[in-house]
Amino acid sequence: MGRTLYEKVFDLHTVRRLPSGQYQLFIGLHLIHEVTTPQAFAMLEERGLSVAYPQRTFATVDHIIPTHSLLRPFKDTQAEAMLSALEANVKQHGIRFYSQERQENGIVHVLGPERGLTQPGMTICCGDSHTSTHGAFGALAFGIGTSQVRDVLATQTLAVSKLKVRRVEVNGKLGPGVYAKDVALFIINRLGVQGGVGYAYEFAGDVFDAFDMEERMTVCNMSIEGGARVGYVNPDQTTYDYLKGREAVPHGDNWEEALRYWESIRSDVDATYDDVVRYDAAEIEPVVTWGITPGQSVGVSGRVPGLEAFSETERGNVSQAYDYMKLAAGQPIAGTQIDVAFIGSCTNARISDFQVVAELIEARRNAGRPVHVAPNVRALAVPGSQAVKAEISRRGYDRILKQAGFELREPGCSMCLAMNPDRLHGDEICASSSNRNFKGRQGSPDGRTLLMSPAMVAAAAFAGEVTDVRGLLEVTP
Amino acid sequence: MTQGMKRAAFRGTALPLPGNDIDTDRIIPARFLKSIVFDGLGEHVFADDRAALERRGKQHPFDDPAYAGATLLLVGDNFGCGSSREHAPQAIHRFGIDAIVGESFAEIFFGNCISVGMPCVTASPADLAEVMRRVSADPKLPLHLDLVSQRLEAGDLEVSVQIPEGPRTAFIEGSWDSTAELLEASDQVAEVAARLPYVNHWS
Ligand code: SF4
Repeated sequence: MGRTLYEKVFDLHTVRRLPSGQYQLFIGLHLIHEVTTPQAFAMLEERGLSVAYPQRTFATVDHIIPTHSLLRPFKDTQAEAMLSALEANVKQHGIRFYSQERQENGIVHVLGPERGLTQPGMTICCGDSHTSTHGAFGALAFGIGTSQVRDVLATQTLAVSKLKVRRVEVNGKLGPGVYAKDVALFIINRLGVQGGVGYAYEFAGDVFDAFDMEERMTVCNMSIEGGARVGYVNPDQTTYDYLKGREAVPHGDNWEEALRYWESIRSDVDATYDDVVRYDAAEIEPVVTWGITPGQSVGVSGRVPGLEAFSETERGNVSQAYDYMKLAAGQPIAGTQIDVAFIGSCTNARISDFQVVAELIEARRNAGRPVHVAPNVRALAVPGSQAVKAEISRRGYDRILKQAGFELREPGCSMCLAMNPDRLHGDEICASSSNRNFKGRQGSPDGRTLLMSPAMVAAAAFAGEVTDVRGLLEVTP
Repeated sequence: MTQGMKRAAFRGTALPLPGNDIDTDRIIPARFLKSIVFDGLGEHVFADDRAALERRGKQHPFDDPAYAGATLLLVGDNFGCGSSREHAPQAIHRFGIDAIVGESFAEIFFGNCISVGMPCVTASPADLAEVMRRVSADPKLPLHLDLVSQRLEAGDLEVSVQIPEGPRTAFIEGSWDSTAELLEASDQVAEVAARLPYVNHWS
């Protein structure tokens, strides 16, 4: 009987069965950042332990880093203390640090793949729930808490339970103006924010076959928003082409051996799944969230759904969402005024995300119908890493974005969450390419977030309100 | 949080917190994560939800004096969804909660609670609603949660609760602190590392 990638990689990394029934799993790649590790290093110290495999851990700084100036010491003394703690810890334990000082930093889930650290067939952990992003390469990647970070540092292993595997297929072809982000939000809407609890999601079908690596990362990134701690795509030629030549990727004979290994861990054609769901790409239109969970969303041509669309148990939450978002049932989502536009985060801050926006702006300019950020809107473009930022400049997108009214910042998590100076004020509404629309997520206890694709964020920035990006794409001179 | 502490039974009063999909950003807003220690998190648990209710002249259950001193927390469905921040269970635990009873829990949150030594058990929606009803009517109602028998007593009401076998055993035997157990197998770990092609040859 065939096996899934999940089972193969899990078995290859299993050290032993623990008395509790869980498995002790070897972790191939451990990524760390400043927020979830200081306590882990302190616990290590308390117990007189050292880092077991320091060459398998890589660090960067992303959550607290300001995006306007990297001058030290940071104005925010808490942020400064966190970065200083990370610097001291990586130094003491001999861990490679992609530092802001050498302009190597980036959001951990952007950095790992672009450096080639993330590879198929690995087990990957990070004290961050969006670690599922790395599953795009056919790795088993999942977020962990601080005590587990301690465990990985001390032993390079974790105690974990085995997940079930659900194959999520999207077949057919996406329409113009529909992006990976829309696919992610669509899947979460259909399967629910807790539909994935207990599962790893294997994403497959025509749409994923056709996706490039950055698109696959966007969907895997949001697996956790659907409750699935792990999401992955089987590696294929697209994966290998992306990896070839990157810093941490093997060369020469080792490349050939790596390819054989990567091919060997793909799910077998006759693999069995605990569940299979299939969707038709033609059903998906640009998606916008209207509520306070990533599952509360509608197509951009739709309306905020009424209470009757929900089960008894969901209604309390839905009423709370109307209330918090100050949106009424039955209201069309298009036309919702926005105050802030944010293109960034580990979901959508890679070069292709800025490319979509830059090309949109250019197409309009060439057609003699230029676009500019609406006067009442603050628009932020925040690259996911220094490498993305450099590529933005190399391609001239910096000029295009700035001319259209976007502020281009230094890389970091920025307005995705409130741990750095970028935040919403009062009850501002933000059209955001990030991944969470939880209450207060973007830094103001009353701040409101509408999740959507980067192209939709740009369209909203130009219009000053939520609007269908497909209208902008139809450039007829 | 020392190794070997058995945590099989919990007695105390409870604090009901109804609502589904309560996420980690609500449990502990991100700005409170800006610290290199977990100390002091307890007072900020649900900071924004509590402040929002206070502005409206209402009281959050975590502020309600009727529930002061509660050590058991009663929650709804998909509690703890969102981020992997262990700060969330740390904040709840440091507030004074020793165990959580809910309809269901987000996975990473559940695991983090185990690491912190605070078990999460599930009960059926109907049972949970009844327990919440009784506790709301009588906040000083004594509760008794027993992981061995997987029962929860709330006054004269007794309902069954579930916790996966692994964590259950770990709490009963006092082996929920994983590091020591994982360290035992360091030779086997080295063997696994040696047979993984990427560890061996190119990465
Ligand atoms: S960009 Fe947002 S979701 Fe991603 S790692 Fe940073 S804070 Fe977390």
